[in-house]
Amino acid sequence: MATPYPQVLFQNRKPNRIATLDEYRQSGGYQALTTVLQKHSPREVQQLVIDANLQGRGGAGFPAGLKWKSVADDAPHPRYIITNIDEMEPGTFKDRLMAHVDPHMIIEGTILAAYAVSSEKGFIFVRPSYENSAIIMEREIAIAREAGFLGKNILESGFSFDLVVHRSGGRYICGEGTAQINALMGKRAQPQQSPPRSTEKGLWDKPTVLNNMETLINVPHIVRNGPEWFKKLAKTKTASGTKLYCVSGRVNHPGCYELPMGTRLGEIIEECGGGLLPGSEFKTCLPGGASTCFLEKKDYDVEMDFDGLKKCRNRLGTGAVIVFDQKTCLVAAVLNLMDFFVRESCGWCTPCREALPFIRDLLWRIENGEGKEEFIPMLRTMSAHTWKSYCAFAPGATMPLSSLLDNFPEEVHEHISQKRCPYGGTPGRME
Amino acid sequence: MLPDELRQTLETQIAKVEQPRELAVDVMLSLQRHYGYLSDEALEEGASLLGLTPLELEELATFYDFIYREPVGRYVLHVCDGVVCWMNGYDPVLDTLFDKLGIRPGETTKDGMFTLLPTACIGYCDLSPAMLVNGRPYGPLTPEKIDDILKRLRETAPPPKLTR
Repeated sequence: MATPYPQVLFQNRKPNRIATLDEYRQSGGYQALTTVLQKHSPREVQQLVIDANLQGRGGAGFPAGLKWKSVADDAPHPRYIITNIDEMEPGTFKDRLMAHVDPHMIIEGTILAAYAVSSEKGFIFVRPSYENSAIIMEREIAIAREAGFLGKNILESGFSFDLVVHRSGGRYICGEGTAQINALMGKRAQPQQSPPRSTEKGLWDKPTVLNNMETLINVPHIVRNGPEWFKKLAKTKTASGTKLYCVSGRVNHPGCYELPMGTRLGEIIEECGGGLLPGSEFKTCLPGGASTCFLEKKDYDVEMDFDGLKKCRNRLGTGAVIVFDQKTCLVAAVLNLMDFFVRESCGWCTPCREALPFIRDLLWRIENGEGKEEFIPMLRTMSAHTWKSYCAFAPGATMPLSSLLDNFPEEVHEHISQKRCPYGGTPGRME
Repeated sequence: MLPDELRQTLETQIAKVEQPRELAVDVMLSLQRHYGYLSDEALEEGASLLGLTPLELEELATFYDFIYREPVGRYVLHVCDGVVCWMNGYDPVLDTLFDKLGIRPGETTKDGMFTLLPTACIGYCDLSPAMLVNGRPYGPLTPEKIDDILKRLRETAPPPKLTR
């Protein structure tokens, strides 16, 4: 798809080939690092990123600069950086694409973040399904080291930093920051509540800053072009930069596209995703992966940024738009999602471990014609219990369910009154 | 018994990191590649290399999708059951695989060639329905494509000697 918008993160995107170090450098790559090491203090880098209003792209939208700033000046060393490319949010594949498009942008972004918090060691955390990405990153890290961008005394600045790839064994919860830190230490990947925050005591009790890969690749561009330029990339006032939106489901051209933050959903689906498949009509979508809400039809033209989705009681999440058509049963879809969450729950706290299977059981009965109206308040009560869980996993898991009950109640009632799935159950398509 | 060469490679890797258990997953994956799966023997060897008790390593082994505590076939087919693949044809993919191989999720073919496992969204939603074969992605799958993939896999590798 030819897009009318400037390509910043995907500027070196080519069909079926990754950008080499030389190509990355020709496009201005590693200039930001050179400038920063010569001219800027770590505090100044933090301030640039704060001024640019770079919101974390992993889902929570927390300002990256503020996260970095929370590492105290007198915090002990070593300090660690973790670049998260462990994306396992259903519908999300931007991290994989990026590793195959321009791995040095990921490396430079990570080095800049490391400099901003005076870290000496970094990890790129990769899921096993992305073994290709892990191999690419390892190879390109070695190339960057050879070129003097990593290792001791980088570009003779006195700053030393090295980076390694850490392979995961594969589990959704490892995408959660504190669980990822436990996973990296070779412990069972359970989340950890603050205090202390990871930026105070993370890996091996040392200050640790964990960022989503997509957050970090913006940093070289912010340094080179300035915060004002970055803010203007967005379509909306409260957002900044561009976003790697993934589009999948019942569309003609599923894929990952770089568009200004705040681009309207309709434009993403129609212009990039190529609209719905022949014979399909838009019913709803999950706008940011599995842990977001089914969108109401009236919000079809929502501005896809953190604020825009908040206004319609939804979440931007990872910006992974999963499109459902009028032929797809939403009860069955939520049952599929619930199967996923039940399996992926780490099982540590009761509301998540017990409520999610209970919900799945009720949904299974509704989908299979054994549902009763009294199940609906039970589903709501169980969903409410998940808000008492230890981490954000379980409340996220119940968002598709709550929005099904709120926005598409008639689908649930139809299943119950007709004692069967009006859509004929699981979609039997393979096109 | 672990061959000396592999043992030495792992020991060198472990010596390089700050805390040995940081490499728990890498060690398990290496042992699994050697033995075909993470057997009880492999688990004990891995634990001793990492300075953990076998139980501590077991805690990790059973946590992760891609660590096999039971024997698997030469090819592990991880069929994605994420919501996107589900709506684009997960069930027909399973049916096709059952037709061709006679196995359901969790089962291994009698000749020890193929194991079928369901897995969480593998991040290939742009190629759905998709699956991984020993980690390599394939998609979008059609019955013809599945046929072709299985045929090529059979041609590349003969069935292993069953050790069970």
